[in-house]
Amino acid sequence: MKGNFIDNLPKVYGIYTGGFIGFIIIMAIAEQMGMTAKAIGIAFVAFTVFIYALIGYLSRTAQADAYYVAGRQVPTVFNGMATAADWMSGASFVAMAGGIYFKGYGYMALLVGWTGGYVLVASLLAPYLRKFGCYTVPDFIGTRYGGNLARFSAVVVLTVASFTYVTAQINATGTIASVALDIPFQYAVYVGLVSILLCSMLGGMRGVTWTQVAQYIVLIIAYLLPVFWISNKMGAGFFPHFMLADEVARIGELEQQFGFVKNAAADLKTVPKGLAGITKAHSAVNATPWAFISLALAMMMGTASLPHVMMRYFTTPSVKAARKSVGWSLFFIFLLYSSAPMLATLSKLSLIDPSLPTGIIGKSIAEVQAIDWYQNWNQANLMFISDFNGNGTVELNEFFMGGKAVVLATPEIAGLPYVISGLVAAGGMAAAMSTADGLILAIANAISHDVYYKIIDPKAETAKRLLVARVLLLVIGFAGATIAAMEIQGILGSVIWAFDFAMSGLFFPLVLGVWWKRANRQGAIAGMLGGLAAGTWYLVWVRTGGSGFLGITQLTFGIFGSAVSLVAMVVVSLMTQEPDKATQKMVDEVRIPSGRSILGKQH
Amino acid sequence: MSNQQKHWEKTRSLLFITLAIWFVFSIGIFLFGAEMNKVTGPFGYPWTYWFTCQGSLGAFVILIFWFANRQEKIDEEFGFSEREDE
Repeated sequence: MKGNFIDNLPKVYGIYTGGFIGFIIIMAIAEQMGMTAKAIGIAFVAFTVFIYALIGYLSRTAQADAYYVAGRQVPTVFNGMATAADWMSGASFVAMAGGIYFKGYGYMALLVGWTGGYVLVASLLAPYLRKFGCYTVPDFIGTRYGGNLARFSAVVVLTVASFTYVTAQINATGTIASVALDIPFQYAVYVGLVSILLCSMLGGMRGVTWTQVAQYIVLIIAYLLPVFWISNKMGAGFFPHFMLADEVARIGELEQQFGFVKNAAADLKTVPKGLAGITKAHSAVNATPWAFISLALAMMMGTASLPHVMMRYFTTPSVKAARKSVGWSLFFIFLLYSSAPMLATLSKLSLIDPSLPTGIIGKSIAEVQAIDWYQNWNQANLMFISDFNGNGTVELNEFFMGGKAVVLATPEIAGLPYVISGLVAAGGMAAAMSTADGLILAIANAISHDVYYKIIDPKAETAKRLLVARVLLLVIGFAGATIAAMEIQGILGSVIWAFDFAMSGLFFPLVLGVWWKRANRQGAIAGMLGGLAAGTWYLVWVRTGGSGFLGITQLTFGIFGSAVSLVAMVVVSLMTQEPDKATQKMVDEVRIPSGRSILGKQH
Repeated sequence: MSNQQKHWEKTRSLLFITLAIWFVFSIGIFLFGAEMNKVTGPFGYPWTYWFTCQGSLGAFVILIFWFANRQEKIDEEFGFSEREDE
């Protein structure tokens, strides 16, 4: 190929996409010729992980700016794809449609929150931090406010938030690897970890960028193909996003007809852990305005504070490109997020509508128990029916399912070939790996660049810095995997906590660093540590039986944390001296796109 | 007022407009979620349901691109846009 790699990107990824579609077709043919479901699952996961590892190897580098910010030459649209993969985690891919399926409107605040946050990223932060020219988020805090304590506080907040998040992602890679490769979860976690490290060890941000683009392509095909296919197969419409109004209305009718019968506590005890029944209306407004808005707001402010997202915009060639790139990121995220409610609708209707051949409500218990897919997913502990009222037929309140089953089982229920299930497994793996990579890299880079190089040994040579960065990558990865193997908390809960931690400690110190010249070091330190401490205290208090206040729950504790952070930062800033002239001039420089970046190309 | 101050003034008002639109689609309409959901909206979905599925999400995408274009114009107007060689 002629020209350099960057100019050839559309061609390279075009060929890659074609190759992947070719692989899907080959697998489909192999299935017809008798390849087993298990072999297809293994082939999908192994093939895609091998490709990512290859990209990771080809992106190896020994230069600091390539390792930390991919040489700042990632084009707008490709950075958008990489950010979308970075952003959409195993939780988005596997659990989101399930959450919508079970909880409806109250849960869909997450859809609004996880997209609306990008408006804040684009308008308040990303272009300015790009102009700054930092390698990491604490790099900005440390230089803007000055002093090692400010820098170190930012590293602490970043580590708490990102580490909470990353254990959930390693957990998700382990879950998928253990299902697809049929090995126990405790070992599968480490298989997942090794795959993750293969992408990032050699090339740092450069390796992660180009694997994330590849992972985005896999995950979006794996999500959209089944949604369109199922919709067409059910005759619900060839473009589900615009054509499911009748199906949504039909679910509402069926809910009316069946009614939401409350189960006795003794009956519910017999349901396997983690499974839930349909207890909330599909499209009705079932949450108070504040419950919805507070969750959305917490996720939006968290989005703007999470370092692994922010650092993606350090890799664009210009400030202008950083702004546009945020738009592309959200566009690529929108493609998946707007499909999740459609999948939830199709999945629910196909199961509960007695007039459809796949519907199980109203059928006899024995009949449902004889269905192949019911037996498979019952064995996988993701589906369960029980005849509570003893009338011999399945009622709406007698059918239970795991949240993951909406994405994982719907293709099989709708009668799609197994090759689609293999594809979905590869997509889930891609989603979880890409997010885990971004997070581990964010933590390792912050510690190696901000703690080791900027605080401990400012004279260290590039080779030594990158060695430290890679060792840290290993250590953090293994620490995350070890905690993930213990399975302490669910995937989704810990993801939401990560947003709350990040916004508690970082939102106002970052935003005010650009938008309020008067903000100074003392204020920023008070804001970061005060916010993080307040948020953590609130979480612990509510978890240990505290009643909470203002309707702030353990999922939205960041609202309290960030409020404390704002007050502490403003009060302490005003009580202490204003920043010196040089710092004020630096803020002026950050506010215009032209001119040199504050920090040099290599620093 | 210096050139840079004027640039920042305009940048700031663009921010406020952007945040106002953002507020409407992320918070404002959900204050009336229950009332709005009774009305049929685009493609036949109930209004609030449609906003949470597609409407607000799509509005954010358009808003960011609109914001980026406006900000570029402001930067050009005051001569602060980046040169190619930087």
